[in-house]
Amino acid sequence: MKPAAFDYIRAGDLQEALDALDRHGSDARIIAGGQSLLPMLNMRLARPSVLIDIMGIAGLDAVRRDGDAIVVPAGVRQAALMKRADLAGEQPLLAAALPWLGHYQTRARGTVCGSAAHADPSAEIPLCLVALDGEIRLRSRRKRRSVKASGFFGGMMVTDKGDDELIEAVAFPAARPGTGYAFREVARRHGDFAIVACAAVVTPDAIHLAVAGVADKPERRSLPLLDGSALTDALNAFAWDLDAREDLHATARLRRDLVRSLGLSTIEEARRCRA
Amino acid sequence: MPRLNAASRHRIGFTLNGRQVSLEAEPRLLASDALRHGLGATGTHVGCEHGVCGACTIQIDGQPARACLTLAVQLEGRDVTTVEGLAPGQDRLSVMQAAFRRHHALQCGFCTAGILMSLDAYLREEPEPSEQALREVVGGHLCRCTGYTPIIQAALEAAALLRGEPALKPQLRGPAHV
Repeated sequence: MKPAAFDYIRAGDLQEALDALDRHGSDARIIAGGQSLLPMLNMRLARPSVLIDIMGIAGLDAVRRDGDAIVVPAGVRQAALMKRADLAGEQPLLAAALPWLGHYQTRARGTVCGSAAHADPSAEIPLCLVALDGEIRLRSRRKRRSVKASGFFGGMMVTDKGDDELIEAVAFPAARPGTGYAFREVARRHGDFAIVACAAVVTPDAIHLAVAGVADKPERRSLPLLDGSALTDALNAFAWDLDAREDLHATARLRRDLVRSLGLSTIEEARRCRA
Repeated sequence: MPRLNAASRHRIGFTLNGRQVSLEAEPRLLASDALRHGLGATGTHVGCEHGVCGACTIQIDGQPARACLTLAVQLEGRDVTTVEGLAPGQDRLSVMQAAFRRHHALQCGFCTAGILMSLDAYLREEPEPSEQALREVVGGHLCRCTGYTPIIQAALEAAALLRGEPALKPQLRGPAHV
């Protein structure tokens, strides 16, 4: 499988990338680590006429703390975020989810923002952004804007990003005291796309459960601090409300079952982890 | 801002196994094809060409990378290592390669080049890997002979030898639950 022909632009700085994006619009795609885009190009599911490579741009590869947010710019590779000192203290959900994000070999190349831009419904980064109520920072030649993750992911590989925009950074809220976080996933092979992945955030007054791999985008539901049969009933209602996908890997029924069982065990783990 | 035209071939220069090389590539040429066809480095094997099987894994600036998910033009100025670069000399194997031979971890050998490149990168980062960690690293590869158990055995032994410890007979637990 070989990609169709495209022009390749090596952007020297962010302004060059934005100018090129402005000029070429929907004909162009940004390439960073390429771990999601290259398979699409190889299978010719994507056929952009211009690729704009942003990995040569200096200064995009440092994770920084901005108030209570962990800001991850466009050039940060998944492995680099995973190796961040005290990530588990700073945001335990990310620390738990990242080892499931692709394989050692793809995390070394793939970027965090690239995974958000790709918006695969089974992917861990969009799930964590939705679970934590994170934000996506978009930039075009004309303006900058910030979108909440809940409004950013629109469906299978569909986002709110405009053709002239790139994701400059994503921001994950840091852990809050008194809140528990947990992540669990079922996949055929550790590192492959999730059949179902669950991220639970339990605050002093609510349970938030986000699931990936079930519907065409990560979905989140907030519940009061239920337990016992009230909680299993609420999870059952959530499972039925989701438009569960059916494909080669799993039936819709298995996916709904996993929302119930994996969802419950993830919530229980998050409860136990409440600091 | 360099713009490389789709229809033309462009000269790409990088370091391959310590040697400066260059080749002409269209922007759409994959690194796996550039290495094999452009430079004759056929040790890098091509399997699935969409990043699943790992047979084409190389190292770019010391980090593992799927060559089929990398464009040749992205190698410009980089330090690239392929399986040809592992052995210290023509008639000598690297510690990991020798351990693979001792443990019969090659079987048909098709996936081996990629697995060696991943393990080589990982052991540099983590000289004392757990068996579980090695299983996850090797989990990024598909071996259709299902030779995983001897591969893990070889990797554990190589890690011990590289740490300067005598070759052990590693005690493995049962089948992987990764």
